[in-house]
Parts: sequence; structure tokens; C-alpha cells
Amino acid sequence: MTNSWTDIKNTDLVVIMGGNAAEAHPCGFKWVTEAKANRGAKLIVVDPRYTRSASVADLYAPIRQGTDIAFLLGVINYCIKNDKVQWEYVKAFTSAPYVVKAGFKYEDGLFDGYDETKRDYNRSNWDLEIGPDGNLVVDETLQNPRCVWNMMKAHVAEYTPEMVSRICGTPKDKFLKVCEMIAATSAKDKVMTSMYALGWTQHSKGSQNIRGMAMLQLLLGNIGVRGGGMNALRGHSNIQGLTDIGLMSNLIPGYMTIPTEREATFDTYMSTRGFKPLRPGQMSFFQNYKKFFVSFQKAMWASAATAENNWAYDYLPKLDVPAYDVLRAFELMHQGKMNGYICQGFNPLMSFPNRKKMTAALSKLKYLITMDPLETETARFWENHGEYNDVDPTKIQTEVIQLPSTCFAEDEGALVNSGRWLQWHWAGATPPGEAKLDSWIMAQIHLRLKALYQKEGGAFAEPITNLHWPYKDPNDPSPEELAKELNGYVIETVTDPNDPTKIVLEKGKQVVGFGVLRDDGKTACGNWIYAGSFNEAGNNMARRDNSDVDDTGAFSKWAFSWPANRRILYNRASADVNGKAWDPSRKLIEWDGTKWAGYDVPDIAPGAKPDVVGPFIMNPEGTARFFTRGLMRDGPFPVHYEPFESPVANAVAPKVRGNPAARVFRGDMEQFGDAKEFPYAATSYRLTEHFHFWTKHVQPNAVVQPEFFVEISEQLAQEKGVKSGGWVRVWSKRGSIKAKAVVTKRIVPLICDGKPIHIVGIPLHWGFTGAAKKGFGPNSLTPYVGDANIETPEYKAFLVDIESISGPVA
Amino acid sequence: MADSEVAPGDGIHPGDPVKVDRYTAGARINHWITAASLVLLAISGLALFHPSLFFLTALFGGGSWTRVIHPWLGVILFFGFFGLFLRFWKLNLWKREDGTWMAKIRDVIAGHDENLPELGKYNAGQKMVFWSMSALILVLITSGIVIWDQYFGPYFTVTQKRVAVLVHAGAAVAAICVWIVHVYAAIWVRGTISAMTRGQVTGGWAWRHHRKWLRDLVTRH
Amino acid sequence: MYPPLPNPTVTPSAPKLSDKNLMRRSASTVPQGESMQQVAKLIDTSKCIGCKACQTACLEWNNLREEVGVNAGSYTNPHDLTTASWTLMRFTEWVNPETQDLEWLIRKDGCMHCADPGCLKACPSPGAIVQYTNGIVDFVKDNCIGCGYCVKGCPFNIPRISKAEGKAYKCSLCSDRVAVGQGPACAKACPTQAIVFGPKEDMKKHAEGRIKDLKSRGYKNAGLYDPPGVGGTHVMYVLHHADKPQIYAGLPNNPVISPLVEVWKGAVKYAGLAAIGAVAALGFLHHAVSGPNRVSREDEEAAKRLAEGKS
Repeated sequence: MTNSWTDIKNTDLVVIMGGNAAEAHPCGFKWVTEAKANRGAKLIVVDPRYTRSASVADLYAPIRQGTDIAFLLGVINYCIKNDKVQWEYVKAFTSAPYVVKAGFKYEDGLFDGYDETKRDYNRSNWDLEIGPDGNLVVDETLQNPRCVWNMMKAHVAEYTPEMVSRICGTPKDKFLKVCEMIAATSAKDKVMTSMYALGWTQHSKGSQNIRGMAMLQLLLGNIGVRGGGMNALRGHSNIQGLTDIGLMSNLIPGYMTIPTEREATFDTYMSTRGFKPLRPGQMSFFQNYKKFFVSFQKAMWASAATAENNWAYDYLPKLDVPAYDVLRAFELMHQGKMNGYICQGFNPLMSFPNRKKMTAALSKLKYLITMDPLETETARFWENHGEYNDVDPTKIQTEVIQLPSTCFAEDEGALVNSGRWLQWHWAGATPPGEAKLDSWIMAQIHLRLKALYQKEGGAFAEPITNLHWPYKDPNDPSPEELAKELNGYVIETVTDPNDPTKIVLEKGKQVVGFGVLRDDGKTACGNWIYAGSFNEAGNNMARRDNSDVDDTGAFSKWAFSWPANRRILYNRASADVNGKAWDPSRKLIEWDGTKWAGYDVPDIAPGAKPDVVGPFIMNPEGTARFFTRGLMRDGPFPVHYEPFESPVANAVAPKVRGNPAARVFRGDMEQFGDAKEFPYAATSYRLTEHFHFWTKHVQPNAVVQPEFFVEISEQLAQEKGVKSGGWVRVWSKRGSIKAKAVVTKRIVPLICDGKPIHIVGIPLHWGFTGAAKKGFGPNSLTPYVGDANIETPEYKAFLVDIESISGPVA
Repeated sequence: MADSEVAPGDGIHPGDPVKVDRYTAGARINHWITAASLVLLAISGLALFHPSLFFLTALFGGGSWTRVIHPWLGVILFFGFFGLFLRFWKLNLWKREDGTWMAKIRDVIAGHDENLPELGKYNAGQKMVFWSMSALILVLITSGIVIWDQYFGPYFTVTQKRVAVLVHAGAAVAAICVWIVHVYAAIWVRGTISAMTRGQVTGGWAWRHHRKWLRDLVTRH
Repeated sequence: MYPPLPNPTVTPSAPKLSDKNLMRRSASTVPQGESMQQVAKLIDTSKCIGCKACQTACLEWNNLREEVGVNAGSYTNPHDLTTASWTLMRFTEWVNPETQDLEWLIRKDGCMHCADPGCLKACPSPGAIVQYTNGIVDFVKDNCIGCGYCVKGCPFNIPRISKAEGKAYKCSLCSDRVAVGQGPACAKACPTQAIVFGPKEDMKKHAEGRIKDLKSRGYKNAGLYDPPGVGGTHVMYVLHHADKPQIYAGLPNNPVISPLVEVWKGAVKYAGLAAIGAVAALGFLHHAVSGPNRVSREDEEAAKRLAEGKS
């Protein structure tokens, strides 16, 4: 989230698209009801299904799954055509006036530089013109046909309301009504918030879905302001923390990146980071990259990380591929190249696409270790559960070791919510049986590995033997110790160069914030964005002061919001070029002539002059990007691409199947089905009664949503002779499931390209362990392909067929 | 004899006084089972009917037991009465003299039996008790089943049950009234009770109240 | 936001709901109890997202163990109220004939805590159902005999009888929580404040604001459901379509205690006993006036003669 849950109460218009906040985030959704009840805010829901969110919406517009980009670019086109643009914002705070490099072009659904065999682009032309002074070429008048604004205008022009309706199946009048309501927030005193989740990410073009809305929000001037923003609703209570801490194969904490094998030396690594500003007088925040990086290395390896060894840069692994994402991991397992797997706190057998492939891959492992508070299906993948897990245990040689771990209510620590709030919590119960804290388990593994390396040696043992392990009880690092390490501390006293008696940083103290981190090895910090969360003022994550000055929704004394306890990112953009709030009633921070001050921690240097320093300091341009240069693999502008399995051809680029830059492994392309064989457009989703695969283990949750089902329209039910509450079989090219049918008015056939498209809704939550009835999951059906940029699997759009069956024999 | 007033088991024993067999042992056992269940039903029913009588549930082991026992007693009553019905229905058919008897109801009430026509085994009053009990018990068992939630709950709607409780209560009140009339008549008309205790009445009783029946008995002998 | 109730003190205090606060007691009379502020639970169907947190909170707080059922083609699970499910989200897909738009009406069903409770009226067992002066209608398990009369008395079809236990169950409005100054568990769990709890007058005022908001959004028939037929209720709904409550999974348009039950528990109760008494009295009177109808010596003689064939 750029903003926070509580800030949603400040909005005038909530757009839930690519998510189902009421269903999947009911507690956070209270802030939507607050905005509605107290401000008269309106709620728009755009979704293939009439969801629980839609049930409380002012306007619901149906959309065929996987066509969000067409819809969003259609809205952008509408706003441009109807002059519904926050012009001052767009001109001053976005990349609209910059000139795009010659050679960049877009044609027939493809950008320049496409290599079909590699399914990748040469992105060298996807950039901005840089003048001889090293700064960007700018056309403030927006007259240059190659300025970003005009390139974007041309790019979205084909997404007319008619085209949107043809692609998305959204009735034109509903689409125009949505446009009208959204466009109204281009006024300086009107704000829209975007709430989205997996409905946008779980597509082969997930990142671009989000880009589409981000562009729209910039156009309307809704980023950085109270009640606005791009608000990603994170699924698990701590999934924000997962990415913050860098639990991805290509990340280290604080969204810094793991080096690739092309970056063999520290200097090469740093050369592409720490961007120089591209505008005169601009500040570029990531010039601090080295301070964060070195402090991280010091936290990891302490005295073993020295200036001489480039802060132990060699200790970091170097990626030979863009990332070892889950799809790649299971592909490698399937190929027999990965033969041991530690599965900590997730359930891939039910969560990852193409379950058949999952089972086959897990069956090839030598060992599988699961760490989970619950009996997951993954831990039992080898066990026969009839048709629900039809395997032959005698044929599976994988040794499975289950390590029972604690549940969130049984341990202490911080959870990071969608709004970047680190909220400390305390154990409410004692772990049952032999369950152990994950940190205890990890410590045991580390200490044993270390002992083995020390005794027997091995190839490159140093990263393990030298790992800084300063905990009071090495067997059991405490949550506080870990939190303090993440916050960062001073290794060596630093004095003022002008006055050596004045101590700037005192050895052993916690760092106050990331501003004091140094690249000379005198500070250590496990995660720079968490700096300030546990400093000398104490555990700021444990703060529980719910006072809120002037009801801004900031609640600045509650817990800690990264970075620097900032509640709204890019909050400098809430004020105009002169530093005055666009909307005085939504004042966040203002320039008082000498400094920035207000309700929130300024997202800019306090003394940065408003007319000199652009607000988006994370970009070296200082502005927000309509055109992402070469940073995304599938294009600097979003393009409507059909899902890999689509019931219709791409109306804007008929020759392109799926996202042309999405990675497809050998053999998986052949497993994509087509509309002739599988005529119905399926989508998967979660239900409010359950949390993923956890709560089916909980009796009351099992009671309120007991059994796996699929949802279809009354029309499809009639065509197929399906009765509500009766049994159906649903199958794709990759698998088949049986389910109860819920026949509903909430799903209707959508008319796309003149033909009715039937939608089959498939919730996940069931499996073969737990208190609820045994059932299947959508991953038996879904294709093995992910987003072109971050490989999130395409769970939201695929093709199936369906038939009525008699119930399974009990 | 087509319209004999004599039932199987009725007999006459000359002597002083003359003894007349009115009810067989079987009929008496049948009667007393029916009577006992009716009384228990009335008590348990009344206990649940009016709060001031709820204390009567103590006789059955409390409210819950009362609720459990009452319908089963009803089943006993139903089958018990059904037995009586099979035994007695024929002699309770309406006869011409019953109309005359009814017309002289003042004499009946005043105890001037001498002014009344000669009657068979049952007089019109007894017949009315018989038929009204038959009808009421049918109504009670039917409405009782509708509200017997333990076994029949799912088969009826709430509205049907509401009609049933009302009908059940009304019919029960009527049945209790009829029962009072029945018991009072047995007490008022002295010499009656022995018919159901020992199975016999005196000849004089039969002469006074059921002369035609007595004549038929004599004729039969 | 309706200010949530503060957490109660943890120091023990005398419960605020006791026999001293009774207004009515089934099948018995009580002295008018100490008066209390009228409370109410307000369920705003327009804010409700059907998440069922209320349902699970109810199961957990009241320690109820409901069976894991099956899907019968609907989101309404279990499929009806049961002795363990005292509250239930009922889902209705309704196409508004005026707009042709689908509306997914979600109503939390459960005891309405009528000011004139039909269950209490019908109950034959003294003290099995009580009504407190704050408006809560509660079942007292120890006094319940499981007769099911409350089911017949209820205009909303709420109580359920446990076959295993022979006891009636329904929502207690968390009288145990209210007794220590808390609100019901369902209200506590509700994430969107679709359920709020407080003094009834405050709830009505809060509802007014909600209705105004709904009217501004085009729901011209938005209104409060506080049916006068049962004297008003202590569980009220804000409905977008208050002119047609029945579209919300059969919420009665104008609930009243069934006239059949009124007659049964009114006229018949008194008339019945009166009739029985009257008939018995007539008997006594008759006996007193007319004396016994005795068989005379002459009757016996006549019988003897007849038996001996002398006449």
C-alpha cells in the first residue's frame, strides 16, 4: 500500500478491481464502510463475479477475467478524451513531458526488440532521451509527439468504450458510468483509492495490471494524497513482511537485490544501483543504496565483512537466472535437478499450479522437510486419500520430515500489515505438543550446519561459519534480539568531523533511523526500511497509542510504519508545486517556506525546495512514470494480452497469444488448452469464511463453509443440466475435479466479441486434511505459467469444461 | 335378535337382589386403563395448560418428564379407548327412545326416571358421552401428533402446529368436561360404579335405568 | 463509527443482569424489576458483507459445536438455525425490478428480542423464559422442559429444540456479556460495524444516519425494521428496502404473535379452566339440589319379579 488501511476512510471513491476486499479483507474493509458512511464515498466494484464487495457497492460492473488492462487503458483514454486530468500534477510530478528515445515503438501488440525464440525483448530503445548535460530532454508544452504524454495518448487511443466492451464483456453503459465516476476524481479536491489484490497479480501480466491503475491514479493526481494511492491488499497477515525481509530468491531485505552472475564484483553491482539524478537539483534516494547494503552485510557477517573484502560481497550468492521463483523451483524438482526441499509455512501441493506436476515433482525428491503448525496436504502428498489424493505410496520414495511449528498466536514478534505497519504482538497461547518457534528450528539447522562445516570443512564454508550469531541463547534467538538487529545498531562510535568531542553515533546504540546508516562499516542494519522500528526509544512496533490528531487517519503513534514511520508514501505529492496542499481539507504536509511539516513524516528531505526537488525521489527523475523505461520485461506501457488460455482471440493483437514476454517452460505450452476443447472461462478465488488452507482445520470455519464447490450462472446450469447443490465435474487440459455446484445469479454470461462467455468460479480452501469436507482445489486445473516480471502464477484466468455428474459414491 | 340391547358377557343372576352382569373383566380392565390414562393426561395436560397448575408436573417427575410422558399416555388412551369403542359402539347407536329421553331431560335431571321411556343398555346421555369422547380423542390424538415435535416435528409447519395446539387445548377442555359429566353421572346415579368395579349392578338399578336392557336379558335367559 | 464499547474492568463485580431486573417471567409473575436502560442490537444490512464472523463468534463465545455440513447450492451454512447455530447469515439473490440490477441481500438471522415476546407468552414452564427490563429475552435452560411451545409462539421462527437434551435454544443477546458491560460477541466480531450494540434510543439515532445515507444513494425506501406488531424489537435492522422486508430471506412484513397463539394462551386458557370449573360446579350444585338418584326397594322388587318371570 502506498497509503494505509486507516487512510481509506479519507477517500471519495473506492475502486475495488482485481480484488474482493470485503470477502478477502473484511477487517480492513471497515475503512471502506467508514468512508461510505461518513464522507458519502462511493464504491465501485469491477469483477467477473458479483462478489461480497459488490453486494455493498454503489456500482458493479462485470468484466471478463484477464482483461483488466483493456478496461484501465479504456478509462485512461476516456479521461484524456474528456480532459479529466489533474494537469498541474501530471505536468509537474510525472514523466509526461519527457521525450522518449528514438527507435522505441509499439505495433500489433509488440514493442520493438522482440525475440520470439527467447520470448524476450531487447529493451535498449525503451528509454528516455537524455540531453548532453546528463539531464532528461523535457517538453513542458507537451507538444512533442514523442513526449511520454503523447506516446501514451496514442497508445491508449484504441481502447475506446466499444473496444473495452468487446474485450471485457462489460456493458458499455456500465463502463461509461465507471469512467464518469473515476474521472470526477481528477478534481483537486476529489480522491480515489484503488484496492487490489491477487485478482490483478495472478495473471501472466499481473504487474502491468497494476501499472494500468497506477498510471490512471497519476493522471488523476491521486498518488501521495490522503484517501488516494495504490493499495495492494496483502493476503496473509505478514506477507508484506515476507517481501520486506526479502524472502524471495532474488532479494535481500529492504527490496535490495541479490547480485546476478554478471555482477561478479561489488563495483559492477554498485554501478547499476545508486542512480544519479536525471533532473537538475533533483535528489535520488537510491544514492544511499551503498549505505543500506553495507550495513546489511555488517549485520550478516559483522567483523568478517570488511572494506578489504568488499563487505563480504562474495558471500552473497549470484543468480544465474532472473529468479528461483516457485514455478522454477518445482520445474527443477520435476526435472530431477532439485532433490531436497525445505517447505516453511506454505502448502505448495494445493497452492501451486498444475497439481499433477506438483505431485510428480515432490515424488522425485530425496527429502522434503515441512515446517508448519498444521497438517498440510504437502506434508501428506504421498498418502492415498482416494480420489482426493490418488497416489500410490509404495511408488514414492521421498522421505518426509514434518517439523511442527508455532502458530501466530503462539509466538511473539511483529506482523507487517498491508499498510506497512509493523505491529508487535505477544504470545496468546503456549505452543501445543512438540511445536517449536520457526526461529528455534532455523537456529538448530544453522548451528548444526555450522558445526559440520567447522569439523569437516567444505566448499566455501565462510558464509556459514562467519555468520554473525550474537544471540544470548544461540539455540533460541529471541524476537526482540532479531527485531533489534533488523532495526540496526552502531558498531563503532562516530564523532562529528568538526568537533571530535561530539558523538554522532555511540557504539552499541540502536540506530535512530536509516538516515544515519553509513557505508564505512560503522553501522549494521538487517533491513534498512525497518530502521527506527526498535531504536533507543524502545520497541516502536509495540506502541499502542491510538490518538489521531485532527482525524487524519494517520494514527502516527500506533505501531511503526516503514519507512521512518511514514504513513503515506510520496506524501510530498499531496501539495502543489509551491508546497501548498491540493486540497486544504486533506492537508498532509506543506512547505512553510523553510521546511516541510504537517501530519506525516515528509517523504522528501525536510529542506528540499518544492519547486526544485520533484516528489518521487525513489526515481532519479524525481517524477512518477507513465513510461517505465526498460524496467519491465513486457513493455514500458501496459498492453491488453489475453490470458494464455482464453475463450477469445486478442482483439487488439490477434496474433499474440498470452503475454509475449511471459516465461513458459518446455512442455508447459503443450499443456495449455484452447477454447474449442475447453469452452468456459474459469477463475479461482478465496472466500471470506476461510483463510487459505488454514481454517479448514478449524471447526467453526468448516461449519460456515463446509464443502468445496464451483459457481456457475443459471444460464450455463440450464445448458448443462446442472442443479444447484448437485455434483459437477470440471476439467482442464491438466486435470479434473469434482465439486458441488452453486448456481447463482451473481455470475452471468458476458458478451465478448459478440459471443457469450460463460464463467466458472472455483474457490480454493479445500483439501484432504482438516475438519472440513474433503475436496479439491483449483490448482488441479490451472496452467503452469506466471507473470512476465515476477512469475506469480496465472490462477485467475484459464479454460475448463464442465458436466453434471451423479455424486461420488460414499 | 337384531336390535338386542344385550352385549356379549351380559348376564342375569336371580336372587335378592337380582344381580346383573354389566361388564366383563376384559371390558373393565380396558376401561380402567383408559380411565387412568385419561386422568393422567388431564393432569399432565392441565399442568402445561395453565401456569397455576404447573406444579402438577411434580407428579410426573418434573416438567421435562411431563412433556415426555404426556404424548405416550395419549397413545395409551387412544388405543385403550379404541378397545372400548369396539366393545361398545353398537349399543351406543342412536335409538328412537333416545329422542324421547332427551325431550324429557328435565325429568332426567330431576331423577324422575319413572317418567322416562324404557331404555336399553345405554341412555342418550351415556351415548353422547361415548360419541363425544370418541370424537374428541380422535381430535386429540391427531392434533397431538402434529405437536409431538420429538418424532413428528419436521413434518408439520409452524402454522399447522399453532392450529393444532389450539385445537388440542380446546378438545382437551371439552374432553375433561365430558369426563366430569361421566364421572358425576356415575356418582349421582347410585349403584352405577359397581358396574365398573365388580362388573355387576343390581337388578333394581337395571330396572330403574335400563329396563329394556333388563328385559332383553331376561328374555334371553 | 459508532464508538465501540470499552473493554470491561477485570475486577469482579456483581452482574448487572439478575432476577432483580426481570420484567416478565414465563408462566409466572414477577414483581416489576429494577428498570434498566433499554438496549438494542442494530444490524445494518447495507453494511453487512456476509463474512459470517458473527456466526463463528457466536459459536465460539457460547461454546457451541455445530456439525460440519454439506454445500447445498448456497452460501447459507448451516442451512437453517439449529440448537448450536443461534445466528445465521441468510443470503438472497434478488433482482430489483426497478433497476434490473442484482442485489445480494444478506441478513443475519437470529432472535429479535421482541418487546412482546411470543415465546415467553407461549411458554408453560415457570421461569424458562425471562425478559429483563433492558429488553433482553433469555432462555433459562434449567427451567426449560423442551415442549416447543416457544417455537409456536415465535413470529420469527427462531427457537430450536435439542432432541438430545430436550431444551430450547436461541440467541441470548449475549446476556452474560451484557451483564458485565460488554456487547454481544457478534457485534464485537463484526468487522464493518454492520452490527452495533447500545442503548435502543442511540441505535435508532444511529440508524437514522444510516437511512439518510442510503436514501442519498437512491434507496428511497430505506428504513428501520423495529416492528410494532411485537411491541418493537431489541434487535433491529436497517434495510435498504424497508417496504419489503420479506425479500430478506422471509423477514416477516408485519410480525405479530399468531392470533392462534394469542387465543390459545389468552381466552382458551381462562375459558378452558372456567368451563371445567363450571361443569364440575354444576355437578356439585345438582347433587346438592337433587340429591342422589337412588335405586328404590321397589325397583329391586320389580327386577326380581321380572327375573323370576312374574311379570
